[in-house]
Amino acid sequence: MSELMKTPLNAAHRALNAKMVDFGGWDMPVQYPAGIIAEHEAVRTKAGLFDVSHMGEIRVKGPGALALVEHLTPNAVSQLVLGQIHYTAFLYENGTFVDDLLVYREGEEEFLLVVNAGNSDKDFAWVQQHAGGYDCTVVNESPATGQIALQGPLALGILQPLTQTPLAPIGYYHYTHGEVAGIKCLISRTGYTGEDGFELYCAAGDTEAVWNAVMAAGTPQGLLPAGLGCRNTLRLECKMALYGHEIDDTIHALEAGLGWIVKLDKGAFIGREALLAAKAAPSARKLVGFKTLEKRDIARDHMAVVQDGQPIGFVTSAAPSPTCGINLGLAYVPTELAKVGGRIQIDIRGRAVPAELIPTPFYKRLK
Amino acid sequence: MFPADLKYTKDHEWLKPAADGTALVGITSYAQDALGDVVFVDLPEVGATFGQGEEFGTVESVKTVSELNLPAAGEVLEVNETLADHPEAVNEDPFGRGWMVKIKLTGDLAGLLDAPAYEALVSAESH
Repeated sequence: MSELMKTPLNAAHRALNAKMVDFGGWDMPVQYPAGIIAEHEAVRTKAGLFDVSHMGEIRVKGPGALALVEHLTPNAVSQLVLGQIHYTAFLYENGTFVDDLLVYREGEEEFLLVVNAGNSDKDFAWVQQHAGGYDCTVVNESPATGQIALQGPLALGILQPLTQTPLAPIGYYHYTHGEVAGIKCLISRTGYTGEDGFELYCAAGDTEAVWNAVMAAGTPQGLLPAGLGCRNTLRLECKMALYGHEIDDTIHALEAGLGWIVKLDKGAFIGREALLAAKAAPSARKLVGFKTLEKRDIARDHMAVVQDGQPIGFVTSAAPSPTCGINLGLAYVPTELAKVGGRIQIDIRGRAVPAELIPTPFYKRLK
Repeated sequence: MFPADLKYTKDHEWLKPAADGTALVGITSYAQDALGDVVFVDLPEVGATFGQGEEFGTVESVKTVSELNLPAAGEVLEVNETLADHPEAVNEDPFGRGWMVKIKLTGDLAGLLDAPAYEALVSAESH
């Protein structure tokens, strides 16, 4: 077994007595001593601080940068203004996912692409492979970059005293460059929890100083360090896709309910022909949200959706929901069954357990 | 670190034998820590009988689910009904309030570990 990769905060997690796990080759905290439920509730009601330094950053810069990113992603990159971000994807020709990502418009001819840790090498190779013929440079900045995510209703109040940059004017999915605790950061109003919050990008060597400053500012207000365990339950409640679960290289963007990131009228991009065809012939399956009806019936990732004992679909993500207090999940089911209020059955260790389809997202914060 | 009056399994259950031929069964502090926040414990009916090592229930945490295997053959005399409303007792007090079933022993305790042997096993697993 090869050595696990470590973020710049590895020692900080260990000092906080985090429980560390192998997450896609990275040695990451799944939870701290407070536990997943307490960390989840802190993010929903106060604030939580996540290490997301394992995420990948790819910078594309030069006269051909815009054309390359337009070619590689389905969302309308030309619509992004300086300081704006959007959610998008890398797609294969057949419309399935290489990965999902965020695109930051750093300049007229410069973009920062933020990709999943586990796909980072694959994504960088994918961008490089298609960059020929475009007048731009492609740089993998992942090893040089740290990232932390401060999430929760108190995030702004905790962060503001640490920076001269006025935070309130930064809109959701917008960002700016500034200093936090005297350290240069990209300050981004984004997150993966369904709460207000900020993601801070900085030089790898500065990450621990930024982390410590935010922890010191937030702890008196109830901020908790938060691990990957609650990151998963938080994003599940908001129906945010996770690569390897709701999206992968066998599922196309429309099936995944991500038609809103696909701008078929923007011009050519990889995957467009397949998605045009898919739009004309609606897909056979759809991603739905469900709840099981009994407390004891807890569905888990990758379980089968069954009918008369035969598999007809699969659970992508499922868990007991700390916020909603019920057992939730997302599943691909045949389109004709994908109606709110309808019933499906899930094979939980050999028992066909009934579940009801319910509206998603399961949780939406009050603005 | 682990109570000396208990017997342990390699699957991280404990068994506390009493003089009258009954025993309490639960999971260890190491097991509850690995599971994280427990949200449900699925326990058998009173009167059910199980062989040594047989699955008698499951314990569900936010993150995962784990089988519960009976450390010794027995008949279920009582289940810990407080766990239905307070599954967190398994995390808070795994060797006490977090007990799961009381059984009448119908077999021997062969193959179970004493506290030092269990401690050695756990320390090997966590390194």
